[in-house]
Amino acid sequence: MTAPKDFSNRLLAEPIREFGRAGLFLLTAFSRMRFGILQLGEILRQVYFVGVRSLVIIVICGFFVGLVLTLQTYDTLTRFGAGDSVSTVLALSLFRELAPVLTAILFAGRAGTSVTAEIGLMKATEQLDALDLMAIDPLERIVQPRLLAGVLAVPALVAIFNVTALLGGVFFAVYLMGSDPITFWGNMQSSVELGKDFGGGLLKGAVFGFLVSWLAVYFGWSAKPTSEGVALATTQTVITSAIAVLLIDFVLSAFML
Amino acid sequence: MPDIPAAEAAIRLQGVTLKRGPRTVLRELSLEIPAGKVTAVMGPSGCGKTTVLKLITGQLRPDLGEVWVGDTRVDQLRGAELSGLRRNIGVLLQNGALFTDLTCFDNVALPLREHTRLPEALIRRLVLLKLQTVGLRGAAAMYPRELSGGMNRRVAMARAMALDPAVILYDEPFAGLDPISLGASVRLIREINRALGLTSVVITHDVAEVPKFADYCCIIADGGIAAAGTPAELRASHLEVVRQFVEGLPDGPVPFHFPARPLAEDLLALDA
Repeated sequence: MTAPKDFSNRLLAEPIREFGRAGLFLLTAFSRMRFGILQLGEILRQVYFVGVRSLVIIVICGFFVGLVLTLQTYDTLTRFGAGDSVSTVLALSLFRELAPVLTAILFAGRAGTSVTAEIGLMKATEQLDALDLMAIDPLERIVQPRLLAGVLAVPALVAIFNVTALLGGVFFAVYLMGSDPITFWGNMQSSVELGKDFGGGLLKGAVFGFLVSWLAVYFGWSAKPTSEGVALATTQTVITSAIAVLLIDFVLSAFML
Repeated sequence: MPDIPAAEAAIRLQGVTLKRGPRTVLRELSLEIPAGKVTAVMGPSGCGKTTVLKLITGQLRPDLGEVWVGDTRVDQLRGAELSGLRRNIGVLLQNGALFTDLTCFDNVALPLREHTRLPEALIRRLVLLKLQTVGLRGAAAMYPRELSGGMNRRVAMARAMALDPAVILYDEPFAGLDPISLGASVRLIREINRALGLTSVVITHDVAEVPKFADYCCIIADGGIAAAGTPAELRASHLEVVRQFVEGLPDGPVPFHFPARPLAEDLLALDA
């Protein structure tokens, strides 16, 4: 008779407990926030690390997402004689949904995992203890810059994703299929609102960046200080980030429409 | 420690009891560590040596008893007060625990940059002097991964004394060192203590090395102080647990076998 209880425990109670712990961790980290010159430098250093680490994968994936998205929509739309609207569909689906969501998931896989592993290993090699013993708060010194770096880096990556995906779309529609470039860009311009569509995507990016960084530092921080524990923590970062991003994306989209 | 007036004790643990779950790690342990001397804390693995160190730094709080460093009661400190205490205590963790993304220079400079407003030129001089003391000024620009384990620990020593603390705690500073590095570490601990006039506590189980650097030593076993005194006194001791530890006997008051039910019972259980 323990099976159903065990099942509900694993499926419901444990994730809720974990969420509570992650929330408390975040509150503690925020309560210790301090801003200074030293801190600003560290935040920028982290933005550089997580941003540049993710750049190559964002550029490559962006281009191919734009390419394949245009391929599929161009094919369908021309059947209904609406081939000219391909740029509208491309831009709106990219700016509003695809770019922020895919960027966040790729960011989790590339930068999130390395943040988790870094903090987990710092814990395993007593570096966090050493900071504590030097009267330097590891939450302030290690966690806070990484948390804020995600908020700054992901919107920038979303913008880059958008640009390269559009290039992929232009490459397919204009250069391969011979669409008129003036119609392509003109239709896009008239149907896309800079603030709502493009800006909304960047805002989503900031939220996702925060979400992924939070999960990454939390799982690193709470990892068991063994190689097995760190490996598990990095996996948890990717899986939980992907689920959380898709879930929050639905909520955000519902409010933004 | 025998016959030390309270005023001269830099660190005092009084009747400290500490439980971890069902296990009592320390049982009414009282210990006085004299100021300005090097004290070795010895004992078999898992006897609570590192726990004593964590009590002194305030990382752990005792369930009962008091922990004093100088005139400060550590077990009641919180937040900023605890930070203040820690600035005055240098700690060398088991593997050095250097920050792998910083050079040796930046590792030693970190506490200075974080806790003082000294100009960068002065910090540079201080750091180079600390590194000179441990013989690694030439490695200032290198990263910890480029140095051997023994060198890493020497850089960590320089970092531990960066803020000129009154107390330095060493957690197993000799574990896994080759004879040359070991000799260097032993001499450094002695020299740093003499030159800076500080109080050193060395946690170790390296019995052979203790007389070379320690003024006093104590043996922790079974959650309490089994014996304490100068190294010579301990060597002359007839206490069974001291004999076992000093002579490295595999069985004795500290048993060879982990507690278990009788062997015959375990073997017969397989047949059943």
